[in-house]
Amino acid sequence: MATTAPPQPKVSRPGAVREDLKRKRPLLGYRKSRADRWYTHLALFTVCVVVAFPLLYAMIVSTQGNAEFFAYQLTPGNRLRDNFDFVWNQRQLGGYLWNSTIQAIIITVGKTITALLAGLAFVHLDFPGKWWIFWFVLVTLMMPTEISIIALFQIVSGFGWGNTMYALTIPFLASATGAFLFRQHFANLPSDLSEAAQLDGASPTQFLWKILLPLSWNVIGALAVIQFLYSWNMYLWPLMVINEQSAQVIQIGLGTLRNIGGGQSYGPLMLGAVIASIPPTLVFILLQKQFLSGFSISSEK
Amino acid sequence: MEITLPAMLAIAVTTVTGAVLLSRAAESAGRTRQLGLAAGAVGGFAGPMLFMLPLGFCTFGPEQGAADIILGYALLLSGAALALRIAWTLIDPVAAKERTRSQDTTTQGVFKNHPYLPWVLLSPTLIVLVVFLYWPAGRTLTLSTQLVRLGAPQSVDRCVSNFTELVGPTSPTQVVITLVLAVTLFFVSSRLSRRGTADAERWASYTSTAGVAALLFMLYLVWSVESPDYQRVYLVTLIISAGTVVFGLMISLGIAYLAYQPIRGAGVYRTFLIWPYAISPPIAGLIFFVMFDPNAGIIEHWLNTLFGFDLPNYRQSALLAQIVVILASVWKTLGYNLLFYIAGLQTVPGDQLEAATIDGANSWQRFRWVVIPALSPITFFLIVTNLTYAFFDTFGTIDYLTAGGPAGATSVAMYEIYRVAIPGRDLGRGAAQSLILFLGVVALTMWQFRSTGKRVSYGS
Repeated sequence: MATTAPPQPKVSRPGAVREDLKRKRPLLGYRKSRADRWYTHLALFTVCVVVAFPLLYAMIVSTQGNAEFFAYQLTPGNRLRDNFDFVWNQRQLGGYLWNSTIQAIIITVGKTITALLAGLAFVHLDFPGKWWIFWFVLVTLMMPTEISIIALFQIVSGFGWGNTMYALTIPFLASATGAFLFRQHFANLPSDLSEAAQLDGASPTQFLWKILLPLSWNVIGALAVIQFLYSWNMYLWPLMVINEQSAQVIQIGLGTLRNIGGGQSYGPLMLGAVIASIPPTLVFILLQKQFLSGFSISSEK
Repeated sequence: MEITLPAMLAIAVTTVTGAVLLSRAAESAGRTRQLGLAAGAVGGFAGPMLFMLPLGFCTFGPEQGAADIILGYALLLSGAALALRIAWTLIDPVAAKERTRSQDTTTQGVFKNHPYLPWVLLSPTLIVLVVFLYWPAGRTLTLSTQLVRLGAPQSVDRCVSNFTELVGPTSPTQVVITLVLAVTLFFVSSRLSRRGTADAERWASYTSTAGVAALLFMLYLVWSVESPDYQRVYLVTLIISAGTVVFGLMISLGIAYLAYQPIRGAGVYRTFLIWPYAISPPIAGLIFFVMFDPNAGIIEHWLNTLFGFDLPNYRQSALLAQIVVILASVWKTLGYNLLFYIAGLQTVPGDQLEAATIDGANSWQRFRWVVIPALSPITFFLIVTNLTYAFFDTFGTIDYLTAGGPAGATSVAMYEIYRVAIPGRDLGRGAAQSLILFLGVVALTMWQFRSTGKRVSYGS
C-alpha cells in the first residue's frame, strides 16, 4: 500500500540529491545506490512472493495428485508425468495449443502489416478526404468488438465461417490502435528522412521497407506483444463461433479439464493452466526489451 | 408508418432551433447567415430522422407507454444534437482550417504523384473496419429493436421495448430529485472552475465528483428491479469495475514506489512483478478457482490455521464472490499498471522533489504533493484502461471462477449480454443491452477526451 512505502533515502540529504537524480535510470536496469537498504529488499521480496504466489502455486499443484492437494502440500508432488499424460494425450491439449498459436501468429503478423501500411499513408502521403478517413478510423477506438459481438457472430456465421480459422483471425486483422501507433511513431521521426529518400528517387513502399522498417523494430515489438496477448487471451469470441473440439482454442479447451466425472482433479487443471501460459510468457520475455522501450516512447507523449 | 402530431411538432421545433442556432453561430464566425440557416435547418430536420425513420416513428404510436414516448423524444433530440454538431463542423471555418493539410502536424515529407497509393495502403484497414466493426454496429442497432431468436429465421419488430423493459423506477420522484441534484452540482462545479483560484479549482473537482456520484445513483434508480432485474446487473458492474480500478491502482502505485528505485536486483524484482501481465484472464480465473476452492482451497486453509477465520464458500456468498473476482482482476492487471507507474515514477521531476525536501516536506508529504500530482496523467490513463478491462476482459475470469453466480452476483453487464443472447437465445435483448453498455463506453471516452487537456502535471 502507498502509505507503507518506505521513505526514499536518496532525497534525504539535499547535497546528494542532484547527482543521484541526474543519472539516467533504465527501466529494467539496476545500479548500486542509496536506496539499497535491507528493508527495501525485504519489502520488495515479500511483495514479489505475494504477487508471484498464484503462479508458483499453480506450478506446484500441477505436479500433485488430489491426495497431496487436499493435504495442502506446498512442495512438488510426483504426479507430473501422470498429469501430463492426462492433459496431453487424453484431453489433447496440444491441438488447442496449436490452434491458438496459429491464430495468434496470423493476427500479430497481419495486424502489424496493415498498421504499417496505414501509418505510411497517414504520415507520408496526402490525399483528398484524409481528415474524414482519419476520423472514420479514430471513431472505431470507441467501438470495442464486444459491443457488437452478437451481430458480428450473425454476420460471420452468414459467411459460413463457423468453426474455421477465418472466423478467429480475419475480423481482427486491422485496428485503429495499431494504425495510430505507427502514425505517431513515423511522425516523430525526422522529416529529412523522407525528403532524402525522395531525392534519391525512392518510392513510398521502398521508403517503408528500407528506411522506416529498420527504425520501427521497437514499436513493432511492443505492438507484437500486445497483439499476441490480445489474441491469446481471446475467450468470448471463440466460445461463440467455435463448437468443434478440433478447431477450438486453448482458453476454451482448458474448460474440458474441469469437473471430470464428478470430482475435480486439480493437478491436471493447473498443469493445463501452466502449459497455456508458456507461449505468452515466452513472447513477453523474448520481446521484453522492445516492449519496454516501445512503452517509454508512447508514454512520453 | 404513421407520424403523429407531437412527433411532427418536435421535429419542427428542432428544425427551427437548429436554423436559429447555426445562423447566429455562422454570423459570429464570419460565415454568411444563409449558410448557417440552411445547415441548421437540414441538420435539425435530418437528425431526428436518423433514428425515427428506421424505427418508423413507432415510439409515438397509440399503444406505447410513457417510457417508450420519453425514449422516443430522447432519441429524436439526441439525433438532432448529433446532426447539428456535424453540420456545424462542416461550416465552421476553424474546423475547416484544421482539415486542411497545413494544420496537420503529423503529415510530413509527403511523396507526390501517388494518387491511388494511399487507398491501396489503407484498404486492408478500411475493409476490416467496415465489414467487422461498422457493419456489426449498424446491425446491432437493428437487432436491438427486434425479437430475434438464435437460429430462427424470422424476426418481429419490437420498437424500443427491448430497452424500455429494462427501465422501471420504483420511485420516479427520487429519479428526478437525484437528476436535479446532479445537474446542480455540475453547474456549481463549472462556475467554480471559472474563478481560476486554486481553492475554487479544488472545490470544483469535489463538486464535479459528487455530480458524477449523483448521476451514477440516478442511473441505479432508473433500472427495473423485477423481470429483468437490470438494477442488479448495473450494481454488480459498478462494484466490480470500481473495485478493480480503485484497489488495482492503489496497490500498483504502492508497489511501483517500492520497485522503481535504483536498487540491486531491480530487474529481477520487476520481472517477477510484471509477470502476471502475460497470464490470460480466463487462466487467472482458473488459478483463483483452485486457490479459493470451498473444499480444499489453500487460502481458506491458511486463514483458518493462522487466524482461526472461517472463510465462507464464495460460490454461495455474493460479497465474497465479488471480492474474489476483484482480486483476480487486480492481480491480472497489476503487471500492466506497474509498467506504466514505474516508467512514470522515473520521470518525476527531481528538482521538485529536491525543493520539497528543502522546504521540510517528509517522505509522505513528498509522495502526496509531488509524486501523485506528477503521475496524474498516467493515473488517469490507467483508470480508463482498467475500466475497459473490467467491462470486457473480466468475462473469461468470471466464466471460469463463478459463471456469473451466486444468483447473478458476479454477472457484469458483458456477462449478462452473453447469458441473454447465447444460452438464452434472445439476440434482440442481448443487442439492446450491448447498446446500453456502449453508452457507458461512449461516456467514458468523452470524459477521457474532455479531461486529457485539463489534467496536466506540473513537470516535463
